[in-house]
Amino acid sequence: MDKLLSVAPSPHLKSSTGVPGLMFGVVIAMMPVLVLSVIFYGLGAIVVTATAVASCVLFEAIIQKYVLRHKITVSDGSAVVTGILLAFNIPSDLPVFMIILGSLVSIGVGKLTFGGIGNNPFNPALVGRVFLLVSFPVDMTTYPNPTGLNASLAESYIDASSGATPLTLIKEGIKAGKPVSELMTQVPDYADLFFGDMGGSMGEIAGIAIVIGFLYMLVRKIITWHVPVVIVSTIFAFTGILWLINPEQNADPLFHILTGGVLLGAVYMATDYVTSPMTIKGQVIFAVGIAIITVVIRVYGAYPEGISFAILIMNAFVPLINRYVKPKRFGEQLSNG
Amino acid sequence: MLKTFAKGGIHPPENKYSANQPIVSIVPPDTVTIPVTQHIGAPSKVIVNKGDAVKAGQVIAQSEGFISTNIHASVSGKVVKVDSIVDSSGYKRPAVFIKVEGDEWLEGIDTSDALNENISVSDEEIIPKILEAGIVGMGGATFPSHVKLSVPRGKNAEFLVINGVECEPYLTADHQLMMEKGKELITGIQILMRGLRVKNAYVGIENNKKDAIKHLTVLAANHQGIEIVPLQVKYPQGGEKQLIKAILNREVPSGGLPIDVGAVVFNVGTTFAVYEAIQKNKPLIERVLTVTGKSVTKKGNYKVRTGTPMKHVIDAAGGLPEDTGKVISGGPMMGKALNSLEVPVIKGTSGILIIPDEEAHRKPVQPCIRCTKCVQVCPMGLEPYLLQVLSEKSMLERAENEYIMDCIECGSCSYTCPSNRPLLDYIRLGKQQVGKLIRSRKQ
Ligand code: SF4
Ligand code: SF4
Repeated sequence: MDKLLSVAPSPHLKSSTGVPGLMFGVVIAMMPVLVLSVIFYGLGAIVVTATAVASCVLFEAIIQKYVLRHKITVSDGSAVVTGILLAFNIPSDLPVFMIILGSLVSIGVGKLTFGGIGNNPFNPALVGRVFLLVSFPVDMTTYPNPTGLNASLAESYIDASSGATPLTLIKEGIKAGKPVSELMTQVPDYADLFFGDMGGSMGEIAGIAIVIGFLYMLVRKIITWHVPVVIVSTIFAFTGILWLINPEQNADPLFHILTGGVLLGAVYMATDYVTSPMTIKGQVIFAVGIAIITVVIRVYGAYPEGISFAILIMNAFVPLINRYVKPKRFGEQLSNG
Repeated sequence: MLKTFAKGGIHPPENKYSANQPIVSIVPPDTVTIPVTQHIGAPSKVIVNKGDAVKAGQVIAQSEGFISTNIHASVSGKVVKVDSIVDSSGYKRPAVFIKVEGDEWLEGIDTSDALNENISVSDEEIIPKILEAGIVGMGGATFPSHVKLSVPRGKNAEFLVINGVECEPYLTADHQLMMEKGKELITGIQILMRGLRVKNAYVGIENNKKDAIKHLTVLAANHQGIEIVPLQVKYPQGGEKQLIKAILNREVPSGGLPIDVGAVVFNVGTTFAVYEAIQKNKPLIERVLTVTGKSVTKKGNYKVRTGTPMKHVIDAAGGLPEDTGKVISGGPMMGKALNSLEVPVIKGTSGILIIPDEEAHRKPVQPCIRCTKCVQVCPMGLEPYLLQVLSEKSMLERAENEYIMDCIECGSCSYTCPSNRPLLDYIRLGKQQVGKLIRSRKQ
């Protein structure tokens, strides 16, 4: 033999899906949401998304090259996903410098301090979002009213008229002692909520687009259905019980699901590979936890939406879940007969 | 909905280029090299010496102990030496070198192709004859067949399961055997049923071999207790535990054997060897194997004498392609990459797969992104990402508690990992170390 043969051990076949392919799939799955955001919020949505993506990618490259002196790994696409997710989680009229700061915290603190992709315990985009929420509470909680596609950049971004989200309206109203039936007349109806015609962060408004993205990721086998479906149905059940007990003190379950980013969180953020459990059983526990914490925050806590905090809190439990929740082993229980 | 196993599994591209290629016999080479360990268990004891004249089918190494078997000369000629060679496992093993002279078989062996469906041996004679003929599992595991047929005290065989799954991509030898030797296989199955004293046999065949399913279903119709079970296409359905789960919906317990759930599994190649041993008095000295790969000119199914160097077989299939990067003994998922083409074909060689250079190299390893894909595809319900880390860090006790020893080394995890992590490489290492640990505890 004049040629050297490779003797690497089996398997000798390798599937063609790599990390960039998966991340690209997630990006595609987020496109419907972006499109709908642009339709409702106009150019502002594009400015915010472009800023977040560009700064996440740049910060990752810069920190890896000059601080960590490490191989630059932006080509795996995960920083792009983080950038889009961050953009979806903030109002579409947030000033550029805040977005850049949020991106720096997402990538620098949320991801790279823990050792980069695969090692971060918390969803980086949510780390950035919570940082912004704590630092700039006013800007982060006043959302522009939908301006539509034809509005100029000035109208849609620079001095967009803004207001509270439907969920905030209801929550403040309940606190003030008004009955829900009266408050509901002040918020958009369910169809508008589902098709995105309401105030909110870019990603939380567009129920229909999120459902399309979810289905796409299922078909491409990027995620399994468990986490999103369990979160949404648990929130539905929990808020449904509260609503049945006292419909004048609690909003109805459909309203809870269509507002405050539940769908966005359930589909794109709680399914993040790195920060969710490794087994289906573990994922179900994780999802139920997120749902319960979300509702508790909404009903009893200070913030109206709750799901971001709920995901971050459950992120912290993932190592514990992974340690004790195991897949059903083959041959563990005899299922004979 | 066709049956399949419940947990995990993958669908690699099938690439069964050599499907439906008729079986072609390859003329023996000038010299054969017959290793005396072609099976799991104790090496056989060489009983010939340099200079001895031997005939095809003559015993040249005798079974040593219960888990062992006989080795026969696959050709007629002169023993030139008994020396060690590197075999397909990569280890040095003693082997008998025979210079081929003519093609003379031992008296009493029926070398004709004539079908003999009339089983004249008594049930008790079956197991000794199978040992005598040196039959081992021909799907690659090479476990001696007479041992499998000797059901231990306290266990009870209820079913015979025949593995016609051939779930490895590229390989087609079992498929072609089912098409060309269907009647012989049915007779072989009847012999095995008698040897085991069971009333029911199931032949599992994946649905990508519809012709074989149809053919055998017609043939089995006249025979009580033999059922052909079409299965969904899913790797690793040919794993004994997965096959039993798919067909009988029984789970072999962790650390257990198929017999613990009443099943005994034989591959179709082995079943054909059993037919030949009992009906034709012919020991296992040749087998059908697939020679394939994108650039191989004569991809096909070949009948080859044991001890034939791989190079000789590849030459018969059109020679080693220019662009060769890897030569594999077996299938692409579980086969062994060879470092020399002088390695001989043995009883367990199910194929020779030649992979072009551009596909022979691994992609760069990236960090685990915890995508759970390896967990999802593991047919044994393990967490490969975790076992990899535990093996790498030599955390053996923990690895043992995470059932590392249940890994069947199917490679589904490494195949799937989007970060190209060498999961199975580390898990194999971990298994070796944990195995040592378990043995040291027993002493
Ligand atoms: S090689 Fe082992 S760990 Fe990997 S999928 Fe197969 S059985 Fe599971
Ligand atoms: S498939 Fe690879 S990247 Fe995904 S969890 Fe397993 S080891 Fe990690």
